[in-house]
Amino acid sequence: MMRRLLVQAADFDPGAELASLGQPGVGGIASFIGIVRDTPDQARRLVALTLEHYPGMTETEIERIMAKAEARWALTRCTVIHRFGRLRPGERIVFVGAASPHRTAALQAVAYLIDWLKTSAPFWKMEAFDTGEREWVAARAVDAAAAARWD
Amino acid sequence: MKLVYFAWIREKIGAAEEQISPPAEVKTVRDLMTWLSARGPGHAAAFADAKRVRCALDREFVTWDAGLEGATEVAFFPPVTGG
Repeated sequence: MMRRLLVQAADFDPGAELASLGQPGVGGIASFIGIVRDTPDQARRLVALTLEHYPGMTETEIERIMAKAEARWALTRCTVIHRFGRLRPGERIVFVGAASPHRTAALQAVAYLIDWLKTSAPFWKMEAFDTGEREWVAARAVDAAAAARWD
Repeated sequence: MKLVYFAWIREKIGAAEEQISPPAEVKTVRDLMTWLSARGPGHAAAFADAKRVRCALDREFVTWDAGLEGATEVAFFPPVTGG
């Protein structure tokens, strides 16, 4: 099992990441890409999303989540790339990819990885709006419930 | 003992990290939060709503009942919002 984990400010190339997951023995590759969403709030527009993280702990926690996914599904490769720093609407935040001999394992592993990334990787998001307002994003109960359904 | 703070907890305290030497009676994370709250208005504001505060000891998530003995780095932060 080949594991690839990057926590970086720089953008990534989804095509190159998908290609690197496609090795002999693979029957399917599944992936998820998170994008900075413009807010549906009409009164103000999102200008930037800034992600802060806990260097060292971030990598340890994501490794732990990846190890759990590998233990649960027959994966040949698994990739997580999570960006930090100041991002604009439309920019990529996160890439999760999994390759497996069979599609179900790849699809489920990707859903598992992103659900757990949201609730246990030490990242925090701060939104800046065109009104000058800035707000830390609150954790959502729906995300915790999504992760808990895998228990 | 090194303390590190993130997100709005860092902003309320006004520092990303600090070195402290709490007294012997500060034995748990909960004790430390109470002790830190008395250090100034920024600390008090950061820990005012304990339900919104999470902790890690040496980069492992812990609950407020966790003992501080042996810990070298204590982190306080809000619930995480990655992904």
